[in-house]
Amino acid sequence: MITGKPRHLEKTYDVTVVGGGPAGMAAALGAREAGAEKILIIDREETAGGILWQCIHNGFGLHHFKEELTGPEYAQRYLEQVLEHEIDVITDTYVADMDAGRHVKIMSGSQGIHVLDSKSVVLAMGARERTRGAIRIPGTRPAGVLTAGLAQKFVNMAGYLPGKRVVILGSGDIGLIMARRLVLEGVEVLGVFEIMPHVNGLNRNVVQCLHDFDIPLHLSTTVAEIHGRDRVEKVTVAPVDEALRPIMDKAWDIPCDTLLLSIGLIPENELSQRINLRLDPVTTGPVVTSTMETSADGVFACGNVVHIHDLVDFVSQESDLAGQCAGEYVTGRRRPADNIRLVPGDNVAYCVPHTISSDREHTIYLRVRRNEGKCAIKFGDAYQRKLRYVFPAEMVTVTMRPRFLENFHGDSLRVDVVPR
Amino acid sequence: MNDRTYDVAIIGGGIVGCAIARELSRYRLKLVLIEKECEVGFGTSKSNSGIIHAGHHSSADTLKGPLEWAGNQHWDRLHAELDFGFKRVGELMVAWDDEQRSILDTYLQRGRERGVPGLEIWEKDRIRKEEPNVSRHVVAGLHAPTAGVVNPYEVCFSLIDSARLNGLEVRVNAPVQDIQPLEGGLKVDTAQGPVLARYAINAAGLFADRIAAMAGVGTFSILARKGEEYLLDKRLKGLVTRIIFPCPTPTSKGVLVIPTFDGTIMVGPTANPVLDRSDLTTSMDGGEEIFEQVRRTVPGISPRDCIAEFAGLRAVADGEDFIIGPTAVKGFINVAGIQSPGLTAAPAIAVRVAEILRDEGLALEPDDTFQPAVPKHVIMADLDTGAQAAKAAKDPAFGRICCRCEQVTEGEVIAAIGAGAGTLDGIKFRTRAGMGRCQGGFCTWRCMELLSRELDMPIDRVTKRGGGSWIVCRRDGEEGAPS
Repeated sequence: MITGKPRHLEKTYDVTVVGGGPAGMAAALGAREAGAEKILIIDREETAGGILWQCIHNGFGLHHFKEELTGPEYAQRYLEQVLEHEIDVITDTYVADMDAGRHVKIMSGSQGIHVLDSKSVVLAMGARERTRGAIRIPGTRPAGVLTAGLAQKFVNMAGYLPGKRVVILGSGDIGLIMARRLVLEGVEVLGVFEIMPHVNGLNRNVVQCLHDFDIPLHLSTTVAEIHGRDRVEKVTVAPVDEALRPIMDKAWDIPCDTLLLSIGLIPENELSQRINLRLDPVTTGPVVTSTMETSADGVFACGNVVHIHDLVDFVSQESDLAGQCAGEYVTGRRRPADNIRLVPGDNVAYCVPHTISSDREHTIYLRVRRNEGKCAIKFGDAYQRKLRYVFPAEMVTVTMRPRFLENFHGDSLRVDVVPR
Repeated sequence: MNDRTYDVAIIGGGIVGCAIARELSRYRLKLVLIEKECEVGFGTSKSNSGIIHAGHHSSADTLKGPLEWAGNQHWDRLHAELDFGFKRVGELMVAWDDEQRSILDTYLQRGRERGVPGLEIWEKDRIRKEEPNVSRHVVAGLHAPTAGVVNPYEVCFSLIDSARLNGLEVRVNAPVQDIQPLEGGLKVDTAQGPVLARYAINAAGLFADRIAAMAGVGTFSILARKGEEYLLDKRLKGLVTRIIFPCPTPTSKGVLVIPTFDGTIMVGPTANPVLDRSDLTTSMDGGEEIFEQVRRTVPGISPRDCIAEFAGLRAVADGEDFIIGPTAVKGFINVAGIQSPGLTAAPAIAVRVAEILRDEGLALEPDDTFQPAVPKHVIMADLDTGAQAAKAAKDPAFGRICCRCEQVTEGEVIAAIGAGAGTLDGIKFRTRAGMGRCQGGFCTWRCMELLSRELDMPIDRVTKRGGGSWIVCRRDGEEGAPS
């Protein structure tokens, strides 16, 4: 395992990257490529790499490295490049606060507490998991109710099991991956329950993690009550009606000792709120331009802190851009400003970036609200592309080229996904 | 009775038992406190709303009335001596129409007669200025500046720390199994062995009727009345700055909006009787009721901001009032049915209990070595950057963040373990680690490692709150902690 240690902590940096996960590492490399000199990655764990270390399954890197890697392999490749490019990495360190003047307060077990100045900051704090409180599951409060990511840490990092008989609520990717992982560890996985009529994770994970291991999947079904005083003893599950309320006369009990939650991720935007960044109410992440700059001058953002991605490859791609632009910012170069706002329309939950410029190519990421078969994505009357299918679990990626917008003269472009 | 006989055994380590233990530790007495859970404050007290009532809520013809106001006046001194969060934030009881306005007048009158200072009726304009997020439909409010908020579990821990410093012994995991009156005292059998004491105080909360029956004086019964509470994200800090009470109506006591000491908004509680005294379930109906009602008072509140919910059980005695006093069994004293305003009244109840003991023949000689103060623990998040840096330079553990939502350092967690926290909940209630918006998603493992290291126990023996509340188990079979 390679870890980075700064030779010494500088007082001022060109680019400070908050978070050393896949987003932060790619951003730092992007900044170096754009010519930034003093670059610092700050990470709260003992090793940079973020959540990738506990994602020991494969499926990473197919887009970016054109080969299939495990999470730690993907992290390792990036860390090696980070060190090769002499980017300072300070670990075991937490960014406690920041102001709009880009003064960054760090708290560190190894370095103590300091305030650093930075010409530019890249926010790459990632996301946290939604918890029981967010969905208010009725019942008792025993041990044994935990998020899938914490269970993943127990199993893959610490070598312990979260329990012996497990029910999983929510069909996010981490839950699907953990269903398989626990079966491989000899744990009884009694089923995956999803309140929505569709799965929330990638289709390949449904096939490879559930179907291949005969783990039952119950759609439109939820956990209606948790039982047990000290430890989970059973859960009551029930199908839901159209308003997503459990139908209790069709409910049944499942004896178990653990309930894993895989009910979504929330971008970690506490620092963004400290400096009053403009946030998108749908993604809950910062509103960003096509250079991944936030509403604060010189503050960029990328990865899951902006919006939740389904593949790390897309995180790397988006973060490389954010880093490039942060690097350009400190070396005094600017790309032409954006002149078109993207407005989510029919069956579009959000678009990132929130604005684009008509003079260059952009990758636009968006998510739909509901499943649709054959359909088309339309950017006003300017451009449309056919899609074979869409569903909320899979991010849609569109390349927008300047020639598509040659005859468009407005300042906002409505984005719709419509059946065809 | 022999030389290992205690002067007083206090049964129950909730807020009332802890306050009594601390009050009696002023005197030259041999004291023991008996608690059935693994730590004090882990029963009803930890789910208490944490409100120090202003002094005008309970009617004068009850025991509650005078004890509420007397108790209220103890809290500044306790706060100065001990180590818990307390702030007199004030409360505002709001009325929606003129009929309710007359209820405000009744409370105003009651408070004035009792000497509660600062009570004042606020009209609409004043309310809009002071609490702009309170509903525009509110026509008037009764402001009571003497109301405050505390973290009730911290109060329990700190009272016990203080009492221990002054000689109290504590037995945890020791549910009482039987009580026998003997010549000159009582024998209290617990799961950890028998305790001989000249006097026994029944502060057993929800189980006080059963304890009394064991002693042979089962003259009352306790009904558990459940309250569900919902905690909201810290993003809403400052939404209200005072405790907002709706005007009590004959059918409902109403749902409160409570700005807790830590700045988190808490809404609740419900009030529903339950038969099972271990029923700490929250319910779909309870949650809906709370949010529906609370939005009438403060429309900006949404269930979307909920980060955690919990329930607690009030110990309600027949007739709804406190039961405090000696019984037909010599030396056995009841302190039962201590529901709201029990937390507020607890310090005054403790003084009353000391008086009762004196009346019953116990000599109370002040102990010259009594130390009223306990050392205050460091809260890094409350320090300025300079002070934080100095602390971290001395001990790097105070620079290392353990719980990021609440910015609790490893040093604070280690200190909490040193102060007696032996479980994840013990750490949580002492330091706030795990209490924030991620609800322990990130810090649980670190806290487990620290418990394991500091207490030299295998990681699969770490529990949430003792008993069978194990967190992880080993690959090779048996579940972690013994049940």
